[in-house]
Amino acid sequence: MKIVILAKPVPDATGQERLGPDLRLDRVAIPPVINGNDEYVLEAALRLRDAGAEVSITLLAMAGAFGPDALRKGLAMGADNAYLVSDAALAGSDARATVRVLAAALAKLEFDLVLAGVDSSDGGGGVVAAALASMSGLPYLSYATSIAPDGGRIRIKRFSATGYDVLEAPMPALVTGMQALGEPRYPTLRGIMGARSKTITTWTLADLGIDPASVGADAAASRVSTFSIPDARSAARVVKDPAPEAAKQIVDFLIERRAI
Amino acid sequence: MPGTLWAIAEAGPDGHLTKLSAEVATLVRGLGAAAGRDVAGVVVGTPDAVAALAGELAAYLPRVVAVEAAAAATSPIAALAAQGALQAMGADPNASIFMGNFPDGRDTAGLLMAALGVGVISNAGGVTWNSGPVAEKGVFGGRLVTTSSFADGHGIVTVPLGSVPAEAAASAGVVETIVLVGAAPAVTVLERVSEAAGAVQIEEAKVIVSGGRGVGGPEGFAILDSLAEALGGAVGASRAAVDAGWIPYSRQVGQTGKIVKPEVYIALGISGAVQHKVGMQGAHTIVAVNTDPDAPIAEFADLFVIGNLFEVVPALVAELAARKA
Ligand SMILES: Cc1cc2nc3c(=O)[nH]c(=O)nc-3n(C[C@H](O)[C@H](O)[C@H](O)COP(=O)(O)OP(=O)(O)OC[C@H]3O[C@@H](n4cnc5c(N)ncnc54)[C@H](O)[C@@H]3O)c2cc1C
Repeated sequence: MKIVILAKPVPDATGQERLGPDLRLDRVAIPPVINGNDEYVLEAALRLRDAGAEVSITLLAMAGAFGPDALRKGLAMGADNAYLVSDAALAGSDARATVRVLAAALAKLEFDLVLAGVDSSDGGGGVVAAALASMSGLPYLSYATSIAPDGGRIRIKRFSATGYDVLEAPMPALVTGMQALGEPRYPTLRGIMGARSKTITTWTLADLGIDPASVGADAAASRVSTFSIPDARSAARVVKDPAPEAAKQIVDFLIERRAI
Repeated sequence: MPGTLWAIAEAGPDGHLTKLSAEVATLVRGLGAAAGRDVAGVVVGTPDAVAALAGELAAYLPRVVAVEAAAAATSPIAALAAQGALQAMGADPNASIFMGNFPDGRDTAGLLMAALGVGVISNAGGVTWNSGPVAEKGVFGGRLVTTSSFADGHGIVTVPLGSVPAEAAASAGVVETIVLVGAAPAVTVLERVSEAAGAVQIEEAKVIVSGGRGVGGPEGFAILDSLAEALGGAVGASRAAVDAGWIPYSRQVGQTGKIVKPEVYIALGISGAVQHKVGMQGAHTIVAVNTDPDAPIAEFADLFVIGNLFEVVPALVAELAARKA
């Protein structure tokens, strides 16, 4: 079975993210990692292989010059190869342009299953995967907490407000998943060494036949016009008293704030 | 032609309009008044359920299109909601479309983005109007607030819980009913399993009593249950507690869990990691109990109690009972 993983390089959530002069995320300043939710679906794919299925795993990303560093970790975890769409004209692309690019890239790849995280940690709105499935004509199954291919069909548990739904569709299909799929593995030393010889193929917009004017900041459907730093909460009132007195103070405080 | 402003609504697990959908509908009505635009709502459901839902939505909007979709019984709602919204909207090239930023709303937004080729502003906590929707949203865990708008004045906006209070209109709107047309969905729902039936959903709760690694185990969460009950709230958790298997994932608050905005959030044995903070910093009042005076949560709590939760929580339950009496 051939699996493509959408693996988005994102800034490590260290709390050091910042906006650049163009009011977009300054992606150069922070070391990139693979988006957390994308790592969970990669882990799910690796577990299918561990369970004995014959699985090839390809990473697909759209990113700037920092892309290969993040993808290398996914290769070290066990993915076989990676494709990186990278082009100066992509800077400032919005979700709509991202979908266009990923759809063109998917059209060049062979797969039974496309897996992606439900959203990305860098302010992703969680809309790219659904749009991509729609553009690529793939059945879309989202918020998976388990993923089980069975012959030509894919079955998932989808997280719901009260439990889960069991969904099924024919493959090829696109599935999004998240944390409940299981903790991603750490790359082994052997995995890290092995990743050095795996290929990361870079595609430009020309390779995908995409007009540079249709992507990037100028083609974005939305614009950030201003940003501000919100008022910080005022400093906490601190209570150090023993439990019974502390409990009284909590109740008084909640009443004072008209919270109860 | 100035576009209509559309609210796409959804049903909760109890079959009624969600609080979030009522808020989105209220928001859209307000924007319509500010913009001088028509407003309308769409809701998609099975033929036997959708009329009642549309009736609930019409309390907030002057016009509601109820879309009957027999397939809603056996396939995920988002694809049908997107298809139904397209059918209800007809040709409305300057429309703006609003929906809740919950899983089904986000899926619907993505599908509509592909179908319409318009942009999406997601998780917009504060939406106003200035020749189009203008959205304020927190980024980087709320450390910055950005203002965004659509280059051509219209698009899709997903709205988080609690951005405006739901408020019914002076008079109820009219409901039109249409029947969904189109190909059968490719994805089938084989089964719907309820694990936490009856429990208060944390997104809807006014008070959340949340536990972290410091709670120590499932027995510890039993203590939290009694506090939640005393306060009429729901129990939430940090990821550490969910990963340990002490409480189901549906209770997780944070970046990969739920974003909540209750009146009161009580964090017990939670350190306050940035991924947790992004899920609860919108709470009106935050109370934290932690044995560690240097826990990061002290920096964004309103009341910080240095103490052992196993002593403070029972004392708090007792104090609440004493005051009630
Ligand atoms: C990609 C990614 C996504 C993530 N998403 C989320 C998310 O959605 N939600 C989330 O919560 N986390 C998330 N995390 C994890 C996050 O980084 C933290 O690891 C997690 O929030 C820690 O949980 P905690 O505060 O319960 O545990 P800890 O950080 O271990 O803190 C436990 C606290 O309990 C206190 N304590 C111990 N005993 C007691 C006692 N008896 N009484 C009072 N206090 C006591 C300790 O002093 C400590 O402060 C994510 C991480 C990553 C990498």
